Amino acid sequence: MPKLVKFRDGGMIALDDAFTHVDDEVSLPPGDVIISLTRFQAEGERLLSEGRSVGVRLEAGEEVEALAYDLPRIAVVAPAFPKFRDGRAYTAARLLRERYGYKGEVRAVGDVLREQAQFMVRCGFDAFEPADGSSPEQWEHAARRFRHVYQRAADGRTPAFAEREA
Amino acid sequence: MYRYDTLDKEFLADRATEFREQVARRLSGEITEDQFKPIRLMNGLYLQLHAYMLRIAIPYGSLSSRQLRRLAWIARTYDKGYGHFTTRTNLQFHWIKLGDTPDILDHLASVDMHAIQTSGNCIRNVTADPYAGATAEELDDPRIWAEAMRQWSSLHPEFSFLPRKFKIAVTAAPKDRTAAKVHDIGLVLKRARDGALGFEVMVGGGLGRTPHVGPTIREFLPVNRLFSYLEAILRVYNRHGRRDNMFKARIKILVAALGAEEFARQVEAEWEKIGTASDLPDTELARVRAAFSPASFETLPARSEAFETAKAASPALARFVRNNVKPHKKPGYAIVEISLKAIGETPGDATADQMDVVADLAERYGQDDIRVTHEQNLVLPHVKLDDLPDVHAALAAAGLATPNINLISDIIACPGLDYCALANARAIPVAQSIAEHFRDQDRAEEIGELKIKISGCINACGHHHVGHIGILGVDKKGEEFYQLSLGGSGAEDAAVGQILGPALPANRVAEAVDLLVDVYLRERTGGERFLDTFRRTGAAPFKEAVYAEAR
Repeated sequence: MPKLVKFRDGGMIALDDAFTHVDDEVSLPPGDVIISLTRFQAEGERLLSEGRSVGVRLEAGEEVEALAYDLPRIAVVAPAFPKFRDGRAYTAARLLRERYGYKGEVRAVGDVLREQAQFMVRCGFDAFEPADGSSPEQWEHAARRFRHVYQRAADGRTPAFAEREA
Repeated sequence: MYRYDTLDKEFLADRATEFREQVARRLSGEITEDQFKPIRLMNGLYLQLHAYMLRIAIPYGSLSSRQLRRLAWIARTYDKGYGHFTTRTNLQFHWIKLGDTPDILDHLASVDMHAIQTSGNCIRNVTADPYAGATAEELDDPRIWAEAMRQWSSLHPEFSFLPRKFKIAVTAAPKDRTAAKVHDIGLVLKRARDGALGFEVMVGGGLGRTPHVGPTIREFLPVNRLFSYLEAILRVYNRHGRRDNMFKARIKILVAALGAEEFARQVEAEWEKIGTASDLPDTELARVRAAFSPASFETLPARSEAFETAKAASPALARFVRNNVKPHKKPGYAIVEISLKAIGETPGDATADQMDVVADLAERYGQDDIRVTHEQNLVLPHVKLDDLPDVHAALAAAGLATPNINLISDIIACPGLDYCALANARAIPVAQSIAEHFRDQDRAEEIGELKIKISGCINACGHHHVGHIGILGVDKKGEEFYQLSLGGSGAEDAAVGQILGPALPANRVAEAVDLLVDVYLRERTGGERFLDTFRRTGAAPFKEAVYAEAR
């Protein structure tokens, strides 16, 4: 089973991934799956009624708003990084957490590199499929690099301006 | 100057440690140059034609003496004894060894400096009026807003991988010394009728391949709502800016494609959803304001007898004062511009020794405050008139008293083909040949304000589109040619220049500028600048002069 880096209790751990990524052309295996937005819109209802956990992969150009009313029943939203330098998934993650109050897993998929760990964690990602093979320890090291942050974001960290007031 | 607190210092220390580890991974071979490239580019480290170039951020162009001395020391220790001030008010070292960069970043952090976000598709160094805190024209000190934006934009979790780089300028004076209208966002402080402070917000200005003057999308944004509004603009851009073609990825392309009105509508809709959660609390804005150590001015008479006497006795001082000294808000003080455009030298370059001289002068006579302008000069914003003769003498001794601010030899030029891997043509030698051609200072003063800007390629780092005379280097079958454009401006009267005609070979450029100047001197009326005359007469007489003999 592929491994997933998961943010849990303030640290990063390696987990067996319970979900299978399934492309649109491939027929669905049993169990928990992550599927495209298009497929979810066509088949989501049925899959959920079967009692499986369903996750949705959100491509960079797809709008998170399209999922708004389904979020409470989606177990995983996986905004994709087609390239590490395509930053649209950061906005998707923040909106999921901050605007829609999404409590499920927000998983980084695609060109997911440890150099970006801190940005991802701050935007509300809590699960990672590192494309650079980095370990949970390396991921955690990168994510915790900075003792201070300057902005309010989805991770709830106290920004510098609030630290200063304390 | 803004005084860094412990948090700011620890943030920089963490960044330096991170980069040291990243360089170690590269040097050990754990990662390839391809993998390292995006990492080094997050730290302003470029691989150029001959060596690594390190671009150091000078936030809103503001430096203390201690910082400038450290830059001088780095120039001597790790480079060839000089540095290059850029149009983003940063400093570039062009001869850096990769293995030295972690130490350099540590040395920078020790004086509250860094290279964060001096490259990459992120929010770059914010530009502010170099006369901030010194000019009587300003409504508020724009550095407070620039510093708050520096912090907000530093490693911004959502906006560090935008479609393309992103530049913000803020000014509070009617005379725009920041080129706000050709920035991705230009902010101009305004006062409402009831006295409240706000920003006029312009978005989508820019140079490069497709120059645009940024349209205003909001006439008045209350200052305490700045950060939620910036977030709304950046979010619309991050989601909808083009990512399929890097030449169409700047926000100006999105704004032009949607139209300013529709872009504004999308921003306002997003802004409404964001609410006030992203705004900085007033307490923090007050803290930033207070963290700028206030300049302490003496009560002085408006006229300094010592200065007047010295000026009457020294034509050189008088000329320097006419061109490089500007009025200060406090009686008995002046703003002193230091030209980095000595005739025959590289525009924007300063030697380590010159940096030390400026640092010493700032400490002794200028309240420890130095500014870098986007026109690649330095400023001592608070000098007593009484001290001007001494300051001038010290500058002159260091080759820093060139009296040419805003004159024809005060040329902006990008590094061009002498350094840059992207360039098609050299820019520096062209600037040097024009400056040599107009080295007669009486003639230069007679010509008056004339802004020449030179870029070595279409990326327009030398801002040629907004030069009164713009010069663009192009490659024609392996030969360097230069295309002239006239009538541009990056100031409050911003406009993109018009191309005059076919490109000229390098050896005809200075001569062509001479012909253009002759037309101006012949045609001008009243107190017209070159730009005013051009705008009144149109291109015809200028075109005629340059291309007549070719026909």
